[in-house]
Amino acid sequence: MTRQMTGAEMVIQALKDQGVDHIFGYPGGAVLPIYDEIFQQEDIRHILVRHEQGAGHAAEGYARSTGKVGVLLVTSGPGATNAVTPLADALMDSIPLVCISGQVPTSLIGSDAFQECDTSGITRPCTKHNYLVRSVEELPRILHEAFYVARSGRPGPVVVDIPKDVQFATGTYHGPSNVSHKTYHPQLKGDLDAVRKAVDMLVNAKKPILYTGGGVINSGTEACQMLRELVALTGFPITSTLMGLGAYPASGKEWLGMLGMHGTYEANMAMHECDVMLCVGARFDDRITGRLDAFSPNSKKIHIDIDPSSINKIVQVDLGIVGDVGHVLEDMVRIWRAGGKKNDKQDLATWWERIKIWRKRDCLAYRPNEDVIMPQYALQRLSEKLKGRDYYITTEVGQHQMWAAQFLGFEEPHRWMTSGGLGTMGYGFPAAIGVQTAHPESLVVDISGDGSVQMNIQELATAIQHNLPVKIMILNNEHLGMVRQWQQLLHGNRLSNSYVEAMPDFVKLADAYGAKGIVCDKPDKLDAAIDEMIAYDGPVIFDCRVAKLANCFPMIPSGRAHNDMLFSDEAEDETMIANAIGDAGKKLV
Amino acid sequence: MQQGSAYFIEEVSTVQETHTLSVLVDNEPGVLARVIGLFSGRGYNIDSLTVSETSHEEHISRITIVTTATPPVLQQIRSQLGRLVPVHEVADLSTFDVAPLERELALIKVTGTGDKRVEALRLADAFRATVIDATAEHFVFEMTGRQNKIEQFISIMQPLGLVEVCRTGVVALRRGPNKT
Repeated sequence: MTRQMTGAEMVIQALKDQGVDHIFGYPGGAVLPIYDEIFQQEDIRHILVRHEQGAGHAAEGYARSTGKVGVLLVTSGPGATNAVTPLADALMDSIPLVCISGQVPTSLIGSDAFQECDTSGITRPCTKHNYLVRSVEELPRILHEAFYVARSGRPGPVVVDIPKDVQFATGTYHGPSNVSHKTYHPQLKGDLDAVRKAVDMLVNAKKPILYTGGGVINSGTEACQMLRELVALTGFPITSTLMGLGAYPASGKEWLGMLGMHGTYEANMAMHECDVMLCVGARFDDRITGRLDAFSPNSKKIHIDIDPSSINKIVQVDLGIVGDVGHVLEDMVRIWRAGGKKNDKQDLATWWERIKIWRKRDCLAYRPNEDVIMPQYALQRLSEKLKGRDYYITTEVGQHQMWAAQFLGFEEPHRWMTSGGLGTMGYGFPAAIGVQTAHPESLVVDISGDGSVQMNIQELATAIQHNLPVKIMILNNEHLGMVRQWQQLLHGNRLSNSYVEAMPDFVKLADAYGAKGIVCDKPDKLDAAIDEMIAYDGPVIFDCRVAKLANCFPMIPSGRAHNDMLFSDEAEDETMIANAIGDAGKKLV
Repeated sequence: MQQGSAYFIEEVSTVQETHTLSVLVDNEPGVLARVIGLFSGRGYNIDSLTVSETSHEEHISRITIVTTATPPVLQQIRSQLGRLVPVHEVADLSTFDVAPLERELALIKVTGTGDKRVEALRLADAFRATVIDATAEHFVFEMTGRQNKIEQFISIMQPLGLVEVCRTGVVALRRGPNKT
């Protein structure tokens, strides 16, 4: 379909042709023509945020919970710079976004015009790709390309910066069907010989482990299904990164829990002692590997990733397979079945016996308290109350995030939205708004801390305006808990600026915005408070006052290896805490 | 290297190697900034960089980058370059059986009179540099060659009145009939 229209019309038409039904944004001078088009149609619903960072994270939440591309619309200058954090966040966590930004008219570019900034220059290192549109004739191609690039291969954010004169100019529009990309064609199928070799390695493994990541979820529900089939077929133990939770069900008997810095003892020990590691759509992040020269020292490593640069980036692997996780896992399952491959049941049983011993360490145990709500207990109670419901969880960043990953089990992909790579405080609440927009009937809970929630608290107005009944559950310990925990471990318990003074009254704050505020500080009242939060038909801030000095364990302190974890019962000893991290570790992040 | 993880892989070396990469890109605005930004953002070295459109119909440019790094980092550089959306192809010319053809062009300005001037001209002739500009007090030599030849010529000119130098950086192609 080709016809004449203005650049602004093309933007809306292209969004429709790409199947977009919601966008998140904030108007301003350089995007007024596009906003005028939004006003004159009803197919695309615009969610007005209160800060462009909120728009970006909302689009991320929308994308991650649907598997579709999230779209945000911002103005030039400060509009675009405010969107930089979510763009960087989406790049780190491979979330498909298209950010449409207004730009000053072409004739004014470079003149330091009002609200001008070099958006394409600023966003170049924090996007997968970006475009400055120079004429209306290239706009339709760029818009459709942007969606293609955002969702193909390893997904990521794409910026389309459109000068105001291009929005007003008239040109010929064409739909997505006649756009084929000149250069960008990611490899989807893995090399079959390599896949066969991988299956051989797995069949002959005595102590195998599957280490999976966000790539499985990005690949889609079929990939998660293939992963489940592979585990069922092999009986291998499986662990996952923070980003990969939900790809394999937490109730599955092969599930070891999350691995890494705050992962479970059994997952980390199994990683350390395995003889064959199958890494699927994960990237050996420093929060996963711990001390690199002691990382899984005796294993052969297989790595499946759609991004060739992920393979051998941090850890040299024995077999790298470039391809879409879903395709490669499908081939793997097929070859395993066709070969009638049987691994040695006895070896595997011995391996599981060993894992069971590690499991008995009960690494997530904490000391219960009758007077004060322990944060872990709060999450266990929430988890109980979520059972049987259709729910989505987002988090901010900090201790609450790690506890949520440890204590809330995920059975399905796309149900868990968290900022993994960039670690963006202030992510969870706007992300929850995006999730709720995509799933209006579902229960969406943002697990938050008292620090993070204040980083994008203004979005409460967005939730109210658009009737998005998001629940914020603040595990309020009046501290920047993870900062404090590191200060205890690294800096002689000198708590520099990690105590949050002048805490707002969250109940009154909720009330001021027209939301519901709930506060609870007693373990015996907790269940009722959670029930009240879930039952309320509208946005809720639940100020859950938890133990002020609880720390998040188990933990691999920086500079230590997987088999060298710190547990909560050991960490009660002050000298243990003071000596937990060596001098080398203190230099790491 | 990671202990014990090397079954089929080559020994991970910490020795730095200098490689010449040939990168074909769409000649679109910002493409060079993407490449340079990748190198600075990830802490890679650029020893030399040349760029020009080489196929006008398709608007394709060839970027030739000389970089020094350990073999694993060189592999990362190739993969990261390949990840840039406007990149068509990344070839590491230093991985072929024979070393690539590499040439650089330099303009070298030398001033002086008397014996030094005569000596400069004599050496320029020996190095096959040509005089492209001259007055009674100066020469500008143009020379093309491998980098070490140019380095050598410049250092010889140093005591003979070297004023300034302009160099293009390395251009390179694979030897033999095949495309890079």
